[in-house]
Amino acid sequence: MSSIGTGYDLSASQFSPDGRVFQVEYAMKAVENSGTVIGLRGTDGIILAAEKLIMSKLHENTTNKRIFNIDRHIGMAFSGLIADARQIVEIARKEASNYRNQYGSSIPLKYLNDRVSMYMHAYTLYSAVRPFGCSVILASYQDDEPNMFLIDPSGVSYGYFGCATGKAKQSAKTEIEKLKLGQLSCKELVKEAAKIVYLVHDELKDKNFELELSWICKDSGGLHVKVPESVYADAEKAAKQAMEADSESDTEDM
Amino acid sequence: MFNPLESAPPLWHNGPVPGAFYNFPGTQRIPAANPITHTQSPVTTSTSIIAITYDKGVLIAGDLVASYGSLARYRNCPRVIEVNPNIILGAGGDYADFQYVKSFIEQKIIDEDCLDDGLKMKPKSLYCWLTRIMYQRRSKLDPFWNNLVVGGLQDGVPFLGTIDKLGTAYTDKVICTGYGAHIALPILRDALDKKTNLNLNDAKALIKRCMEVLFYRDARSFPKYQLGIIDKDDGVKIEGPLTVEENWNIAYMT
Repeated sequence: MSSIGTGYDLSASQFSPDGRVFQVEYAMKAVENSGTVIGLRGTDGIILAAEKLIMSKLHENTTNKRIFNIDRHIGMAFSGLIADARQIVEIARKEASNYRNQYGSSIPLKYLNDRVSMYMHAYTLYSAVRPFGCSVILASYQDDEPNMFLIDPSGVSYGYFGCATGKAKQSAKTEIEKLKLGQLSCKELVKEAAKIVYLVHDELKDKNFELELSWICKDSGGLHVKVPESVYADAEKAAKQAMEADSESDTEDM
Repeated sequence: MFNPLESAPPLWHNGPVPGAFYNFPGTQRIPAANPITHTQSPVTTSTSIIAITYDKGVLIAGDLVASYGSLARYRNCPRVIEVNPNIILGAGGDYADFQYVKSFIEQKIIDEDCLDDGLKMKPKSLYCWLTRIMYQRRSKLDPFWNNLVVGGLQDGVPFLGTIDKLGTAYTDKVICTGYGAHIALPILRDALDKKTNLNLNDAKALIKRCMEVLFYRDARSFPKYQLGIIDKDDGVKIEGPLTVEENWNIAYMT
């Protein structure tokens, strides 16, 4: 951020001389301060996994969820400011409901993605508003086809086979790239997702976190739901075992 | 000054105005009639709903015809629906209004599901909510022209309630709307006086009998009907189309 303080970073409606919109870049910084969220697309559905950092031991453990339902068949995970994300959730739900009202069928994810990303983009155009301090992953499983999009605070969105956002998005992406996403089923991917979240978690900086796992796949009947407790327990166990194996091999190296 | 936005002045005092209708002096103007209010009368209607509670659940039945006046216009119009695993709903009256009511109930259920609190709406809540909606619309002088019958299990206990187009609502062990309130209700009450605790088979037999009587007596009825069942053990089922056994031999004088 060499140009900080040169006066071009106060408004989202003004470019800097080298063609950047600093407010949007700062919004992305806000995203990088929050826990990692990943999405994996398997052959028969999508897994969303979130690392929910726990700021205080006094918090109740089911509060401030990072994964939401948008419609029966659409899930959304976010990283960034939770209050900003809830606004996105709200408008995404409205768009889904509106589509259903008008066309009598559930909204295809690509249309929802268009509408939500246009909405987020609109908040990068005016000096009176600030961009959203969150990135969101939208996931659906319709007509036997899994789909996933990631939208940035800038309003840019891409479809993905595997995506990550938040604190450790770089290392999470490296881990995701090691997976053969085109061949794995959701059941296998749940464990991988849990492993990645545990792996990229920085124990030194953030002590406590809660793993959130949801899926939308054949097994869930095309509905976006939290993974069943047994699946969750298995995935968490696998992740913890992988971590232990990892630390053992580390000590051997020394 | 001539203002092009206002209409031109009359050509002479009390004379015709260019571009406007002219009434000869001395003729009396007919005061404008009130606008026709199509929304305040039903168009395509369905007839009675009959419903009864039994020891483990609720039955709601309604035939499949939608009449246009006295014409049996549409012959496959289902009007007993599953709302969620706790609730079934039957409706009589204007079929278009019912379809609209149905669509916003479905959206309500999706909204509730999105909250992800693991709770499902119970019949009392839906009943109360629908009462508010029906009463609000009648207070706007634009009622939904329906009789709604809400049946379900409230924490395992059978619940049955009805709301009419005026927002009048009550709960009872047996409920019939429309013509059924005159013809079927006495049959059901009589049966309930004789045996207070009906089982599923008793209730089914009663409903069958009522649909038969109604088909003979109600000129807007139809021999095909649906039967919604919500049972403590077996959950929700919408059976049908079921057929009324007709016997017109008794109509001939021999």
